[in-house]
Amino acid sequence: MEKHTNRFPISHVLGFIFSLILTFGAAYIALKTSLSFKVIMWIIGTLAVLQAGIQLFMFMHLREGEDGKTNVINIVYGVFMAVVIVVGSIWVMSAGHAAH
Amino acid sequence: MGIKWDEFFITGDPLILGSQIAIVLTMVGIVAGVTYLKKWKWLWSEWITTVDHKRIGIMYIISGVLMFFRGGMDGLLMKAQTSRPEMEFLDAQHYNEIFTTHGVIMILFMAMPMLIGIMNVVVPLQIGARDVAFPQLNALSFWLFFGGAMLFNISFVIGGSPDAGWTSYFPLAGKEFSPGIGNNYYAVALQIAGIGTLLSGINFVVTILKMRTKGMTLMKMPMFTWTSFIASVIIIAAFPIFTVALALMTFDRLYGAHFFTLSGGGLDMLWANLFWLWGHPEVYILVLPAFGIYSEIISTFSRKTLFGYKSMVLSILIIALLSMVVWVHHFYTMGSGPAVNSIFSITTMAIAVPTGIKIFNWLFTMRKGRIKMTNAMLWSLAFVPCFIIGGVTGVMLGMGAADYQYHNTLFLVAHFHYTIIPGVVFAVFAALYYWWPKMFGFTLNEKIGRWHFWLFVIGFNATFMPMFFLGLDGAVRRSYTYSVESGFAPLFLVSALGSVILALGFIAFCYNIYWSIRHADRNITGDPWNARTLEWATASPVQPYNFAKLPEVDGLDPFWKMKKNNQGLTIKDSEIKEIHMPSNSGLPFIMGVAFGVAGFFLVFEWHIAAAIAAIGIIAGLIYRSFDYDEGYHIPVDEIKETESKWRNVEGEVHNYVK
Repeated sequence: MEKHTNRFPISHVLGFIFSLILTFGAAYIALKTSLSFKVIMWIIGTLAVLQAGIQLFMFMHLREGEDGKTNVINIVYGVFMAVVIVVGSIWVMSAGHAAH
Repeated sequence: MGIKWDEFFITGDPLILGSQIAIVLTMVGIVAGVTYLKKWKWLWSEWITTVDHKRIGIMYIISGVLMFFRGGMDGLLMKAQTSRPEMEFLDAQHYNEIFTTHGVIMILFMAMPMLIGIMNVVVPLQIGARDVAFPQLNALSFWLFFGGAMLFNISFVIGGSPDAGWTSYFPLAGKEFSPGIGNNYYAVALQIAGIGTLLSGINFVVTILKMRTKGMTLMKMPMFTWTSFIASVIIIAAFPIFTVALALMTFDRLYGAHFFTLSGGGLDMLWANLFWLWGHPEVYILVLPAFGIYSEIISTFSRKTLFGYKSMVLSILIIALLSMVVWVHHFYTMGSGPAVNSIFSITTMAIAVPTGIKIFNWLFTMRKGRIKMTNAMLWSLAFVPCFIIGGVTGVMLGMGAADYQYHNTLFLVAHFHYTIIPGVVFAVFAALYYWWPKMFGFTLNEKIGRWHFWLFVIGFNATFMPMFFLGLDGAVRRSYTYSVESGFAPLFLVSALGSVILALGFIAFCYNIYWSIRHADRNITGDPWNARTLEWATASPVQPYNFAKLPEVDGLDPFWKMKKNNQGLTIKDSEIKEIHMPSNSGLPFIMGVAFGVAGFFLVFEWHIAAAIAAIGIIAGLIYRSFDYDEGYHIPVDEIKETESKWRNVEGEVHNYVK
């Protein structure tokens, strides 16, 4: 990590700013708006996922080291699997007359 | 605990009484035979406690062949029952049990161990490694699989077999409609074997990613290693779904939960959803290593590098991704609506594209090659047309709208036999003929092999081709009989006769093994096929440490290049160094037994006994955590002696350069 100390940690600062915006944004939407409960849950859920991504890439050294590429592939594949299993199951089980 | 001893053993059926007697006699025979030959110590120290990937692979393959026999007998019984209309050979209940165990055993206890066994033998050798990443874990995988398989197999004489189909759909498989303990066997035995498979998957991913020899980048790996790698990745992704589904099933059946029941807010079709979320990727876990086997064999016997290596890798990756998003095509008729069914029809048809790419690559590999018609090559050639029939009918079934017509008929049964038998069984036979000398130091007889090949392929087509037409005429699957008026009788008879030819083919295979053990020439080289990959660069059978000096690689077909350029085939005494090896361990076997016993008690819902047996599992885990055995070293002199034994034989590799 020698070379990182020599230059300005631009990605960390950006990540920090983005995190702040997303956090306060979520707080604002949850506390200060009069949207319906469902809409609020969707918006802050989306913001949370975005923030998790930013944390992974900007702070958690995901792409660094010799296994950087592997880590990214693992995370993307894991997310893909989770989405397929959870969202796919909900969709299949709640669509059409299977649900009625 | 309320044990009903009168229901413990199945009584009153002459077929089952016969099998009970046969099982007892076989066990007495084995014990007496091993004792008479004084082989107990040898069996324990050389095989049961082994952590050598080649021996574990061989044990997997032997179990697979035994299970093939068991599953094949089930198949023959079904064919006998349906050979004539209104036949009274088996009753409905017995028929239900038999098609259930046939499916489970053929997929999970025959196809899986055969392929994992071949992967075990071949993959570490192909990547120039000395063993898999976690040798003892590998042994545990095997013994868990074996424990699960044995538990499942005793079901038909003790307590009753599962009878809800290999898919065990709820609500039928639930306590409400299947009150006996038969389906408990399904839930528990598959769980135990599944843990073993999952551990194998992890083991192979780590082995392939971390233990490749110097110079072997991912894109220089042999195709069989690639397909095994991706199959292992799918195992890790898909098997946990099955683990969870089986755990929920166990809760439903044993502890009165309501995950999949009709009453109490359960969602019965969620079982089908979860089952196929695992079940469809499972199909590709089976067929991908088989594709790799064909790639190696076709390339070797065409004397050409595999055509389109990169497109092969790419199509495996696409298959792996698509295999996760097609599961609904197994239950279109559940009625998830046009949107769901359309999307899954499209993904299903899309998966035919990368598979087609692979077929064309094999054909182009053979183009202008100098093809040698060995048995391994014959199986690979027969695979192509048979598998295409399976694939094309698969696309027919994959269209949601048309599927309503084919669903649950013998058309479907014929389709999946046309994919799984050429896709897995042919591949396993091809692989056994091809790698047999690597495992045992002699080739299987080619002439008897021809009998095996022709009987099996003709029998296979005669058995399953009529079932397409029966299905189109409306014959439903899993029905134990049919009427004379249906007009199904002639085709069913053809199919039954075909299955007899199929069985003769299998007998020819067994006879071939027997004949070759007795009479085959032991004086063969390490490279009897003039092959291309690294497993042939060492002795046959392979010495425990695989390679005296780890080979270096700078491209595809490394052994071929070594032979062409006469590089790295010989070894100097100064290059031989001590080799670090893992110690044998009895723990995996003991763990397998503990899992099997605990599982057996759980099946009978004897919870206190199961808990006591489970202490054995925990004790094994604790013991392993404090096991500081660092293995042992093979001294240089011993390696020199082993190496000179095979390297100085006439015709061995260093004289074999062409």
